[in-house]
Amino acid sequence: MDQPLIQIKNISKKFGDNHVLNGADFCIYKGEVTTVIGKSGGGKSVLLKHIIGLVEPDSGMILFQGQPVSEMKKAEKRAMRKKFSYMFQGTALFDSMTVFENIALPLMEKTSLRKKEIQQQVEEKMQQLDLNDINDKYPSQLSGGMKKRVAMARALITDPEIVLFDEPTTGLDPIRKNAVHSMISDYQKKFGFTAVVVSHEIPDVFYISQRIAMLEQGKILFEGSPDEIQKLPDSVVQNFIQGVES
Amino acid sequence: MNQTDFMTIPLSVLGRRIISLVQETGKITIFFFKGFIHIFTFPLQLSKIIHQIYFIGMKSLFVICLTGAFTGMVLGLQLYYTLIKFGSEGVLGSAIGLTLIRELGPVLSAIMVTGMAGSAMASEIGIMRISEQIDALKTMDINPIRFLVGPRMAAALISFPLLAALFDVVGIFGGYLTGSLLLGVNPGIYFSGMETSVSMVDINGGFIKSLAFAAVVVTICCFQGYYTHTRAGGFGAKGVGISTTTAVVHSCVLILVTDYVLTSFLL
Repeated sequence: MDQPLIQIKNISKKFGDNHVLNGADFCIYKGEVTTVIGKSGGGKSVLLKHIIGLVEPDSGMILFQGQPVSEMKKAEKRAMRKKFSYMFQGTALFDSMTVFENIALPLMEKTSLRKKEIQQQVEEKMQQLDLNDINDKYPSQLSGGMKKRVAMARALITDPEIVLFDEPTTGLDPIRKNAVHSMISDYQKKFGFTAVVVSHEIPDVFYISQRIAMLEQGKILFEGSPDEIQKLPDSVVQNFIQGVES
Repeated sequence: MNQTDFMTIPLSVLGRRIISLVQETGKITIFFFKGFIHIFTFPLQLSKIIHQIYFIGMKSLFVICLTGAFTGMVLGLQLYYTLIKFGSEGVLGSAIGLTLIRELGPVLSAIMVTGMAGSAMASEIGIMRISEQIDALKTMDINPIRFLVGPRMAAALISFPLLAALFDVVGIFGGYLTGSLLLGVNPGIYFSGMETSVSMVDINGGFIKSLAFAAVVVTICCFQGYYTHTRAGGFGAKGVGISTTTAVVHSCVLILVTDYVLTSFLL
């Protein structure tokens, strides 16, 4: 197998006395959708935040294209960050900005595109995500599902190489949930981007993911293809997939 | 508790407090320099600076005029009844002018802006912190200090001296209202006394103070908001509330301390 794009090596993290991650190990490969599953409050979002550098590990390391992120120079880290985009579980939309301004912000701040080009790109992205006629609305005026889609539009507006989705479909109706899943899948096929998805949508995520990683008690209990996880003779994994308490 | 504990526990508590104070001061100083440097980093954030000038400057105009007028009026009354005891009511204009330009204009306008704009800065940035909006900026490779603090710092450095100047002018006319129109000091003596006694050094001193207060207020208020999440006393909305209160109290105290230090150098 090729060298992993991102390699998480023996990461541990604790907040106070709570050991959230306890030697987590897993790999993310270029051009694949990797989904991290696991119990709520099990550290999946913290793991995702380690990947983008929002949280520093207590021990262990993260390698990007074989190079340890902690040893990278500032310029290298910035160049790496530019390839990433992150969609927050709680959307993290700027509540004093309109929907249009929220989605346009990465383009306005980090590119030299003209206003007209930015407007065109934002409107295109909004149309793809079924976000019509809400340009001038503020996040507080939107439903939970709409906020999710605005956050997704903001995450995808820069056409990033790697997108980290933290529960992108929570709170969406089944139709829109499917739409988001197909969009992740279509985008990945079309642009070949790498996606890491934290999700509870089982079995839906099995259809869009090439790899599944299951986090249990701060460690990666299983890492492999959707087929492999479904056939795995492990009671903890099978109980989780089937929604049965261990 | 043995005798050694009796001695060492208070000392260790004091030591911890001093270390934490020094660390906090260092963090605030670094935060100020980062914010200040980002005023000048390209591309310049002109539209954001203008928006902040509107927020800090324009929106404080009414309060500044109101407080300036009443401060001048009170000064007119107080100084008139003090000076008349020595038969010196003719220097009323000079006394009001110098008091306002050197001290009260910069200090009171800064305190008023702290109450209006400073508290809003702390709470806005604090809410952005607890709702992960600052993390979102980081994930977009947008420097949060450049984006949030730089424009506010620039706007405050422009607005504070102008607001202090407005406070001075309105206060001088407030003093004229009570001193001349109400109590009968000759208007010519009131204004000519002011003209001869107030020099450019006094006016520059007032502006220097305003600039220093602008830096203090923006740094403290933005810092408190930015580090809301590290506050031990409370999380979420409670944390934002504590940050806002701390920002206003610390800013006001530091305005007065800075005023004393600058006055001792400027006089």
